Amino acid sequence: MQSSNPSPPSLWTKLFGDPLRAFGVVSVVLLVLLAIAPAKNFFSEWRHYQKGYLRMIRTRGDAVTLQRHFQGGIQQIWHPDLGVVDRCTSCHVGLKEASLTDVSIQPYRKHPVIPHNMEQYGCVMCHRGQGAATTVEEAHSSTLAWEQPILPARYIESGCGQCHRASMASTPQLNQGRALLARYGCVQCHTIKLPDGGVMQATQDAPSLSHIADKTTREWIFAWLKDPQAYAVSATMPNFKLKDEDIRDISAFLIANSKPVPGDSAPPIASKASDPAAGASLYGESFCASCHAVQNAAGNLVGGNVGPELTRVGTKAKPEWLRAWIRNPRTYDPGTQMPHYRFADQQVATMEGFLLGKADSDFLANVHLDAATPEQIAQGKSLVMEYGCASCHEIAGIKKPENFAPELSRIGSKPVSQLIFLPGMQHTPPDYIAGKIRQPRAFSPGLKMPQYAFTPAQIDMLTTALLAQNDRAQTMPPALSVPAPPASHYRPAGKAGQIMADLACFSCHAINGRGGDMAPDLTWEGSSVQRKWLEDFFRNPGTLRPALIRRMPKFNLTNEEISALSDYIMTVYQTPDFERDSLPDSGYSPTQFEQGRQLFYSKYACQSCHIVDAKADKGYIGPTLTGVGSRLTGAWIYHWLKNPQALRPGTIEPNRNMSDDEAKSLTAFLMTQKGAARKEAKK
Amino acid sequence: MNTRSLFLAGISFCLTVATTGCARKTAQAAAPAPAFGAAIVESSGGKQIGSTGAALPQPLVVQVNDEQGNAVTGAAVSLHGPAGVSFDPASGVTDSSGQLTTNVTLGEMAGRYQIVASTTTKAQKRVDLKVEEIALDYQRRFGQLLDDKYCSRCHNPESTPERVSNFDNLEVKPHAFTEGETLNKMSDADLMAIISHGGPALNKSPIMPPYGYTLTKTEMQALIAYIRTISDPPYQAPGMVYAEK
Repeated sequence: MQSSNPSPPSLWTKLFGDPLRAFGVVSVVLLVLLAIAPAKNFFSEWRHYQKGYLRMIRTRGDAVTLQRHFQGGIQQIWHPDLGVVDRCTSCHVGLKEASLTDVSIQPYRKHPVIPHNMEQYGCVMCHRGQGAATTVEEAHSSTLAWEQPILPARYIESGCGQCHRASMASTPQLNQGRALLARYGCVQCHTIKLPDGGVMQATQDAPSLSHIADKTTREWIFAWLKDPQAYAVSATMPNFKLKDEDIRDISAFLIANSKPVPGDSAPPIASKASDPAAGASLYGESFCASCHAVQNAAGNLVGGNVGPELTRVGTKAKPEWLRAWIRNPRTYDPGTQMPHYRFADQQVATMEGFLLGKADSDFLANVHLDAATPEQIAQGKSLVMEYGCASCHEIAGIKKPENFAPELSRIGSKPVSQLIFLPGMQHTPPDYIAGKIRQPRAFSPGLKMPQYAFTPAQIDMLTTALLAQNDRAQTMPPALSVPAPPASHYRPAGKAGQIMADLACFSCHAINGRGGDMAPDLTWEGSSVQRKWLEDFFRNPGTLRPALIRRMPKFNLTNEEISALSDYIMTVYQTPDFERDSLPDSGYSPTQFEQGRQLFYSKYACQSCHIVDAKADKGYIGPTLTGVGSRLTGAWIYHWLKNPQALRPGTIEPNRNMSDDEAKSLTAFLMTQKGAARKEAKK
Repeated sequence: MNTRSLFLAGISFCLTVATTGCARKTAQAAAPAPAFGAAIVESSGGKQIGSTGAALPQPLVVQVNDEQGNAVTGAAVSLHGPAGVSFDPASGVTDSSGQLTTNVTLGEMAGRYQIVASTTTKAQKRVDLKVEEIALDYQRRFGQLLDDKYCSRCHNPESTPERVSNFDNLEVKPHAFTEGETLNKMSDADLMAIISHGGPALNKSPIMPPYGYTLTKTEMQALIAYIRTISDPPYQAPGMVYAEK
């Protein structure tokens, strides 16, 4: 009985029992599977966004135009030579629609105006992300297979830096980031190779430590190494977070290793007791604040950042060294940016007293060091080598280490899988770079990278500059790369060249592409000024711009030196574009003068920015022109009026597109303004 | 058996200690009675000009006051903004001086952002403080740089330690770029004309020189985009104000 009672047919027999039924079932399964592919395509994200876009533009005034511009389907920008395959425009449909300024929802926003045509370079070039992806997640975030996330907007200038090596007016963050890399010694330890084969160079050399014992005490070195920012808030030196006994040993080594420089210490100057205000006024007259900063009572830094901050210099400098330094800084450091002021003895004494008064007894209050033992000195030497001090500082007997820290030439595209992140950090390259700069030792207590005192804005700048150092930048077609102008090593020749090096003219003035930007470019000074004025200016540098804080200091030059400098400037620094003496210094006709006067006051309203009549005119953006006829040459004024930017690129005086006649009349008017010089001569 | 009971006793003891500890902790945290203010005011950090997608240069500081205008400590404040704006922290209680400091990161679209800081009064009524911040994109930041170099010496009446304003020396006073009352009435074409051809192009003073031979068209467009963004009242190109949704 049991055997005749068959078990109910299994599911398998039901579906595939006989061939016909099996065929039917398989066909149905196949149909369903075939339907998935078009359905997946139909419900894809990009199609959803394109439909949304069409819905959005339907209600707009320019719907017809927008509709006509719209192209459905997957869009792609493809540049094989750049390695760009971008499908971003499949969803970001309105990027090029100028009328969509009010649309704030993504992905329909219009692209902000940039100097490039988007289609020429694609999107990932600047924004990163996975261009080939067609889903939101894969295109923007990092996934296991594709790990290049979208770059946050605040680092966008790093995209510019992949091709543009020169600093551009429109990329301030990138420029400042690169300047910080060069100034704060980053590139002294980390090699950063540039696509053109060069290497990023440091702009600020840290002081030599080979003669440090002449300059300061071991106690000061100790306190400084413990916390450089406690001595000077603007200190470039980072905090190495050293243990007290390590600092004790390093300071012992540096003092023991130091060799005296002959002549860098001077005996006290027997001076009349000068009044306390004299120091401050000499400091002001010498325009020390153009380069050096001092913290005022409110805690704000006042002054420039070319030289070190002087808030507590009296605590640091030994009096005999400071005296010799003020007298001639080149004895101690031949390459210093500080000019040799040629102060008289009394001035040296006054300045010394003033600077030594800038002391802070608290800074060294807790530093008590016993005499150094040979073991400590030896230990100090090995610590100095371990921490790579010689990367930035010259130290006698220790060679500058090579490849001391990891190379950063391609740090901006380092795969995320090769980076170590802290807990809670976002796993993206910019977050890694910024985190490393913010708190390097947090990544591992054994790391040697010191703690810098950068502000969040500075960290963003540095991150931007480092993100521009990536694979794409290194492999960019040479035709696209815009190199920085080659660094100029210009040196003036002969006696004048020696004087100019001694006065450190290049710390403030640029000539032939070398030098600072604090003071006017002097490349064509010889075409510009009259010799008599130049000599008077060396003797007694007045100011041309009443509103300017920074001015040329007085260097107490001898007549011989003045004449050597003037000869050189007048002969060598001439523009090849026009003849200096092609227009006369005087003798213009009254008609021309009157025409020029009218143009000056009415048509061109020059008095808004310049002063010719000291009683009536008030403008003080441009230099005062009361004595311009005895300062500049007629030819310079004429060519300047025709095109100021041709003579000095970047000057803010607008080009007025004057006719030749107008420029001649104005030249006549201006060359007749000899007033100030005559008054000076009378005095 | 003996060891087991000891073990159990140990566990129960630990649990009791832990729970009492927890209870004490929560009681302590809740101890200061929630404070309520009557008004919320801006202390600093409003009307800043920042960059898209980046933190504002200065933090936003708001203060909660009671009816008498005294600062209230411990009042809860929350911050809201349009899409893309983030706060660090987004909410909190006021400190001993009645203030809450937060770092504001603006969205990725250039323009004006209205930020709302709110607190609740004793009557559970919400009071709001509305603060406006401006974000500049790449083009407008470039415009800002150009303004700083070429324009602000005359158009900005404020002097800074680095630059003395020439405003007071001019016979005809230029309009500050924030002066929306005047500038919003001028079209982009008008602004372009006066920048490139000078004041006389619109029958205005020749004191305004032409910059058409000095600046490129792209530069002048960047300048105009910047001027439009900082104008007060806001320039009425549609959609330049993003209110909270």
